[in-house]
Amino acid sequence: MRSIAALGAAILGMLAAVGRIAIFAAETLSHLVRPPFYPREFGHALLTIGYFSLPVVGLTTVFTGGALALQIFAGGARFSAEAVVPQIVAIGMVRELGPVLVGLMIAARVTSSIAAEIATMKVTEQIDALVTLSTDPMKYLTAPRVLAATLVMPVLVGIGDAIGIFGGYLVGTGRLGFNPATYMTNTINFLEWHDIVSSLTKGAVFGFLAALMGCYYGMTSGRGAQGVGRATKQAVVAASVLILAANFLLTELFFAA
Amino acid sequence: MIELSDVQKAFGPKEVLRGVNLTIPKAESMVVIGGSGTGKSVMLKCILGLIRPDRGTITLDGEDVTEAERDAFLARFGMLFQGAALFDSLHVWQNVAFRLLRGSLKRPKAEAREIAVEKLRRVGLKADVADLFPAELSGGMQKRVGLARAIAAEPEIIFFDEPTTGLDPIMAGVINELIREIVTEMGATAMTITHDMSSVRAIADKVAMIHDGKIRWTGPVSEMDSTEDPYVRQFVSGSAEGPIEAVR
Ligand SMILES: Nc1ncnc2c1ncn2[C@@H]1O[C@H](COP(=O)(O)OP(=O)(O)O)[C@@H](O)[C@H]1O
Ligand SMILES: [Mg+2]
Repeated sequence: MRSIAALGAAILGMLAAVGRIAIFAAETLSHLVRPPFYPREFGHALLTIGYFSLPVVGLTTVFTGGALALQIFAGGARFSAEAVVPQIVAIGMVRELGPVLVGLMIAARVTSSIAAEIATMKVTEQIDALVTLSTDPMKYLTAPRVLAATLVMPVLVGIGDAIGIFGGYLVGTGRLGFNPATYMTNTINFLEWHDIVSSLTKGAVFGFLAALMGCYYGMTSGRGAQGVGRATKQAVVAASVLILAANFLLTELFFAA
Repeated sequence: MIELSDVQKAFGPKEVLRGVNLTIPKAESMVVIGGSGTGKSVMLKCILGLIRPDRGTITLDGEDVTEAERDAFLARFGMLFQGAALFDSLHVWQNVAFRLLRGSLKRPKAEAREIAVEKLRRVGLKADVADLFPAELSGGMQKRVGLARAIAAEPEIIFFDEPTTGLDPIMAGVINELIREIVTEMGATAMTITHDMSSVRAIADKVAMIHDGKIRWTGPVSEMDSTEDPYVRQFVSGSAEGPIEAVR
């Protein structure tokens, strides 16, 4: 009986959190279309979220693309289908691994830093100070970060996809004996616009979720250093789970027959 | 004039304000004293709308602060936070000139900077501090930058939350004088929270003592030393003996 009550309480708590996050998201969107805007904050967010994430994105995807090529080659060999390496690497990277890996890396890198920064600002009364200086923290802090992440993530995912395919190409041509020209042609001919659009759409959605979770948990942080730690952890967990869940839904939307 | 009537605020089971009644007259300097943790900062935040009271009303010139137009309302205020609350991603001068760099009070960058440097000078900081980041300053310097930011846009109502805590006696004297000056010269309304009795004597027109979530005593500073109220007497003399418990 008691365990059922606890389960019920946990579920209610989760639903309440979902509701609060939905309201926070709606509020964020409303601030994106109402002035004043803070272009400097937006530019800064673009730089830190986008540009400075490039090394992480490149490293993650190049190794994954390479490993993917090895696996497909080994697996394909069991029924003499080694030749499909370029096609499957391309599809795997563009449709799934590119967006998901870049999304998760952004959750680790960007969500955590946004959450820690905003939570620290909250704990040290900087958020209160913003309000007293007639500046809406949602407009000044949340809106630019969420917008920047949403716009820049498709670019990062696009780059990640390309580098992942390139990783497969390096392994395919260097280790597995594929002809470079054929590998390229097979990749390009096989990919459809649909694949690329789905990849970039996923990127935008994941970017939105990653920044939103950082801002939400930062803004609602508890007090003290512990509050900041908790907010950061919760933000990264929530962003990661939401990205994976959204990935499933979007795959369903784009590719279910 | 700011009026608080029966303002109550609890955090969970902890009742911090239990019915605060206080009037802060226009163009006067009110100082609030009271033990640490008695809810002085919470009271200031309630007036500014940063914390929503559970009960009671707060009015500014007769208008309920919860119904006032937020931007116009906040434009009348300056606030020095207890922990200074400087934005650590911005240079010191950008902190001071924050209001002057955006929104309705926006002006050219060079002019905003000039004003910032002038305000920094008024709180006893040299111009070369302007281009540092807040993290590069000592606690007392941060406090003074916070003070410069609070007065930068020359607001009509200014709240100072422990302005001299962490300052050396000379700097504390400078700040006390500055607050006094702002009230007498600019005609501002000031509300200052402090534990520092020399500060109280230097700044206050009126004094209010908060204890146990309520205003215990309020009166002109001249009556503070002669009052019979045992709480005020104990606080002013700084004695461990008396009705205020040392452990709370
Ligand atoms: N946001 C908050 N959440 C929970 N408790 C709070 C919060 N702000 C203040 N308190 C509590 O209210 C009490 C009064 O705090 P405060 O007004 O900061 O005291 P002081 O009189 O020293 O300024 C303290 O016990 C503090 O722990
Ligand atoms: Mg305080």
